[in-house]
Amino acid sequence: MPLAKPTVERIKDLAERYPSKQSAIIPALWAVQHEQGYVTKEAMAEIADHLGLPSSLIEATASFYSMFLTKPEGRHDVVICVNAPCMLRGADEMAAYLQRALGVRDGGTTSDGAITWHSTIECLGACGGAPMMQVDHRFEENLTEERIDTIIERLRQPVPAGHAPATPAGEAPKRKTAAPKRVRSES
Amino acid sequence: MPVKPLLTKDFATENLEQLKVYERTGGYTGFKKALEMQPDELVELVKKSGLRGRGGAGFPTGNKWSFLPKGVYPRYLVCNADESEPGCFKDRYLIEKSPHQVLEGILIASYAIGCNLAFIYIRGEYLPQHDALETAIAEARQAGYIGKNVLGKGYDIDIILHRGAGAYICGEETALLTSLEGYRGEPRLKPPFPAIKGLYGKPTVVNNVETVCNLPHIVLNGADWFGAIGTPTGKGTRVWCMSGHVNRPGNYELENGTPIRELIEEHGGGVWKNRKLKAFQPGGASMMVLLPQHLDVALDFDAIQKAGSLAGAGAMVVMDETTCMVDAARRYVKFFHHESCGKCTPCREGTFWMANIFDAMEAGEAKATDVDLLLDIGYSIDGRSFCPLGDASTWFPRSVIRFFRDEFQQHISEKGCPFKKSVEEAVA
Repeated sequence: MPLAKPTVERIKDLAERYPSKQSAIIPALWAVQHEQGYVTKEAMAEIADHLGLPSSLIEATASFYSMFLTKPEGRHDVVICVNAPCMLRGADEMAAYLQRALGVRDGGTTSDGAITWHSTIECLGACGGAPMMQVDHRFEENLTEERIDTIIERLRQPVPAGHAPATPAGEAPKRKTAAPKRVRSES
Repeated sequence: MPVKPLLTKDFATENLEQLKVYERTGGYTGFKKALEMQPDELVELVKKSGLRGRGGAGFPTGNKWSFLPKGVYPRYLVCNADESEPGCFKDRYLIEKSPHQVLEGILIASYAIGCNLAFIYIRGEYLPQHDALETAIAEARQAGYIGKNVLGKGYDIDIILHRGAGAYICGEETALLTSLEGYRGEPRLKPPFPAIKGLYGKPTVVNNVETVCNLPHIVLNGADWFGAIGTPTGKGTRVWCMSGHVNRPGNYELENGTPIRELIEEHGGGVWKNRKLKAFQPGGASMMVLLPQHLDVALDFDAIQKAGSLAGAGAMVVMDETTCMVDAARRYVKFFHHESCGKCTPCREGTFWMANIFDAMEAGEAKATDVDLLLDIGYSIDGRSFCPLGDASTWFPRSVIRFFRDEFQQHISEKGCPFKKSVEEAVA
């Protein structure tokens, strides 16, 4: 799917804005993800064309940063933090509740396509309101089971016909699933 | 004598994020005053004030500025808003509440070092904060604080807001610069330091959000005024991010030198659920654990270092008596493993093996020799990694082994986590 005209314009503007056009790579990837929801190899090649850089460079950068998605996900994005400060205040219990409530495992998307959720070990910067989760880039702090229920109910609302989703799926932050676990060798 | 907050003094003012309101509280008068001064005077002023960087290392800000080689242009200022140290959420608070204070600090720093293009590198997850800064930049541009010939003083300055995309390593200044140049966020070898060869190979200063927020106040009130606040080697205040097992978690701006006890017991309302304090961590995920006996240590770079930890990025994670220290360490180790950029072997492989052993501890599959193995791996990473991420990944777990080795033994002999078991028993 070729990039929309406003995205192409944005990429060209970005290339002019920075002292080096290479600095426009990350903002260009954001622009593409904002438009299409995720960033395909074809889109990366197109970014490369517009910036006059090899596409291998765009791919190298895109693959380093965990928030760039390479495949489509649910309409809404829910990330729950399980790092130590959140764990101290019950994040594990909240993550377990979320999993039960959504009926899909960590990293999965609900069958209605509404929600993709996963837990993260990367601190999201809301330890003062732990346990917390990030819903389409907004922090939901001091979670309880009741609050999780209310949030899920809101997110499951179907998109009215003829309306674009309130939040483009690709706008939401996402980490790629962790690399396959290496097995600990016996010593 | 208690000192009033500096950076957060007006944070109760409604709509402070708006330029007009910020100006009513005295906003941008610091920048106007700075423009009346010579850049060198400003560098001297900040040197004399004793301001130290708030990002973690505590390096004197004025000295950092003065390392820029004379006559080499362009030069860049980069404000590090890639806050991602677990336990830390102060930059987010400072940006949300008063984005113009951040901009004013950046403008002062830029003018002082002779930079005409400044950058703010904000972490990708902070989208609302990114938008707040974007709005503030547009307002400041409209009002003539940013642009060509600002306030008719013949100084040109532009600010580019750059959004990261999820990588803790980019908080490390050389990795941040690499990322800003569009590459994978891997750290660079120092020297050359960024002051000599930074962004695009040009002289560059990287300053933390909280650091630059101090600048308008120092310019307005003077170095002596600032120097009278805090401790001899830790001037001013710090915004402490308190989390974990306290009654009132949140951000608290306190004068340097305030006892840790006051932060936890008075401001934080003490340990929650009437439980006893077991341990706390004064600098975020990277820093060594301290014990109740350290409660009277002062909130100060040097005092905390003397007590065996580091003030780091100003996070205070409090742990009560029910905390499994092995699990706490496991979370941090897994975090560092996840965030290791993979450039150097000690960090990439070391954090992987540490994470594996910690998982085995919690799962009840650890062997008696694993505690010493953890120490051995830690020793092989610390000081042998390319950047501080690797080093810091070992500090908390090693300090936990030092003070709570018996908990590791329990995990091994009882084949699992003794704390989880007691919770389950209590529920049954």
